[in-house]
Amino acid sequence: MTEDATPKESVRTEPPLAAVDMPLLRIDGVTKRFGGFTAVDKLSLDIRAGEFFALLGPSGCGKTTLLRMLAGFETPDAGRILLDGRDIAQVLPHQRPVNMMFQNYALFPHLNVRDNIAFGLKRANMPRPEIDARVAEMVALAKLEGLEKRKPDQLSGGQKQRVALARSLARRPQVLLLDEPLAALDKKLRENTQGELTELQRRLGMTFIIVTHDQEEAMTVADRIGVMDSGRLEQVATPRQLYEAPASRWIAEFVGDINMIEGQLESSEDHRLTISTRDAGTIVAAEPRQPLTKTTICVAIRPEKVKLSRRGPVSDAAGAIPMNRLEGVVTEVNYLGGVTTYKVKLDTGAILRASMANTARLDMNAYSASQRVTAWFTPDDCVVLEQ
Amino acid sequence: MRGVSKDGRWHLWPILRGSPPRRRAPQDDVRCWKGKTVSARRIFARPARFAAIAPYLWMLLFFLVPFGFVLKISLSQTAIAQPPYVPQFDLTQGWAAIQAALAELSLDNFKLLISDNLYVLSYLRSVVVAVISTAILLVIGYPIAYGMARLPRRWQSVAMMLVIVPFWTSFLIRIYAWINILQHDGLLNKTLLALHIVSAPVVWLSTDSAMYLGIVYSYLPFMILPLYATLAKMDPALLEAASDLGASRSKAFWLVTFPLSLPGVGAGVLLCFIPIVGEFVIPDLLAGSDSMMIGQTLWLEFFTNKDWPVASATAVVLLVLLLAPMLIYDRLQRRQLEAR
Repeated sequence: MTEDATPKESVRTEPPLAAVDMPLLRIDGVTKRFGGFTAVDKLSLDIRAGEFFALLGPSGCGKTTLLRMLAGFETPDAGRILLDGRDIAQVLPHQRPVNMMFQNYALFPHLNVRDNIAFGLKRANMPRPEIDARVAEMVALAKLEGLEKRKPDQLSGGQKQRVALARSLARRPQVLLLDEPLAALDKKLRENTQGELTELQRRLGMTFIIVTHDQEEAMTVADRIGVMDSGRLEQVATPRQLYEAPASRWIAEFVGDINMIEGQLESSEDHRLTISTRDAGTIVAAEPRQPLTKTTICVAIRPEKVKLSRRGPVSDAAGAIPMNRLEGVVTEVNYLGGVTTYKVKLDTGAILRASMANTARLDMNAYSASQRVTAWFTPDDCVVLEQ
Repeated sequence: MRGVSKDGRWHLWPILRGSPPRRRAPQDDVRCWKGKTVSARRIFARPARFAAIAPYLWMLLFFLVPFGFVLKISLSQTAIAQPPYVPQFDLTQGWAAIQAALAELSLDNFKLLISDNLYVLSYLRSVVVAVISTAILLVIGYPIAYGMARLPRRWQSVAMMLVIVPFWTSFLIRIYAWINILQHDGLLNKTLLALHIVSAPVVWLSTDSAMYLGIVYSYLPFMILPLYATLAKMDPALLEAASDLGASRSKAFWLVTFPLSLPGVGAGVLLCFIPIVGEFVIPDLLAGSDSMMIGQTLWLEFFTNKDWPVASATAVVLLVLLLAPMLIYDRLQRRQLEAR
């Protein structure tokens, strides 16, 4: 089902002692049930050292449960969690070389910033001068200079977030787990912090696993994203693959906006599929890499790939690319600053969404409601998915 | 200046566990529309001001005014009269009479309290009994409250009910029930004899053990409830954070749970310690008669000796003794906050 399911299968058939290619963290067939509810269902995933990995999914998909199993707060009912080749599934949380940054930070309210950061170091019986040095290092890293003596309730949300980060990094964990670390911040601050987080991760070369329900956040910070639904991984891919080549209809609809046109596969020649649809007539689309097994399929087109023009696209004259052209009337225009989104009611009655970047400040040719337009897109802009 | 806030209004900090002014946490992004705050203040100003005054009014009417009477009687002399002390203020007799009465007031009763061993020993015994009882209460009450706070939600209310249920029976009846259990041929001795643990009845009643038993039994809910309240509202993520950072379960308890429950410990200790110092009924019914707590001494002065002035002086000293440590504690706490 997942994009890289095939290479993973081949890795699994190798003898386990060939640890040269071993990932830092291997989650192997892990299952967790709460009563009759299966939160995580036979999930397998490899995470490489130094990777920034995001677990993305709707609430209740099991991503937090998975993270809590990595931290040791939940014990899997089945499966193994191998960290550096050692099964840590049954190891108590305080004995794992893994640290977590909590959703609401969970800073100790009775301790000041310095003591919060030093908490984990003291538990490791680190000598006092080393603790002082490490705390100073973390304070500098998280830009907390001058706040060492403050208690958590004297800090702003952004400052608390940085203390939590410094505290979880202080022990230099092999893997840092981040549970919705930016959810409590407002939008502007969140965007800045996302940048700082990626920068920090690259600089430290540490392995980060972040849980989030915010796709933009996952795409901004992560090298790879694992999309979860109902306790299973639906797809593991880079942000670009996830957006441009979703593995299933569910993923295509979950990540970003998309137009979904259902239809029947008519013919296939020269890597071009001809699809007849009720909503948009005949569509020519590029053939997907994986062969289709069914003829009832759907064509997915991102709104920004749909272009609008008053006449048909000029490039059609060249005749090199068969273009998909749909006639309709603009029914809704939403100006969002950077982009403007349009809803076009096609002559078949279906609604097609399009969005265009506002690349010029003064746009004399902007489309307005009730204007007749041609919506067009190339076959390569279509993603063909099984229904 | 202390007591006056930035907006120039007076803020009377409560005498006892007053909440000291806290430094406001800085905001990342202050989105405060002037119009909005003003209108909010206008809406809440009046009821809020009344609500702030009400406790002080209550304090004035039912504590300070009666205390004024007691203080005045403590400065008077005992007399065979109705009421049994002189001087008595008679506002109808004019200013000269009042001045004469004022001149008659003296500190003789307080001198007596210091000079007579009986009172000093009574105070000492009261404090010792209260300290020991409070310590026992804390040791018993903390684990109970801790256990309650970790029960599943729906069982917590059941546990809470079980703690409160004894209040449905009169306090006196419960103490008399203990007399029944502890007496020579009572339930306890019968059980011990039947189980062949003792060969002859043990003297339980009229001992300090019986008194401590009675005090701990009666005051336990007052220790458990504030402790439970602080423990129950503690964020479980804090314990997870502690264990994530390498603290074992017992370390996490002593480094996180216990320090965070200290306000509850303080409330429970004060709630038990103060009334136990002045406790009269339990020592009178369950303890021996060889040494008295200050409550018993006070009762003796007031009802047996009919010496209202000395009894009043005893009460005044007791109050000062109880108030002093609390004020010092409060002052220390405030200074700590201001020093930050």
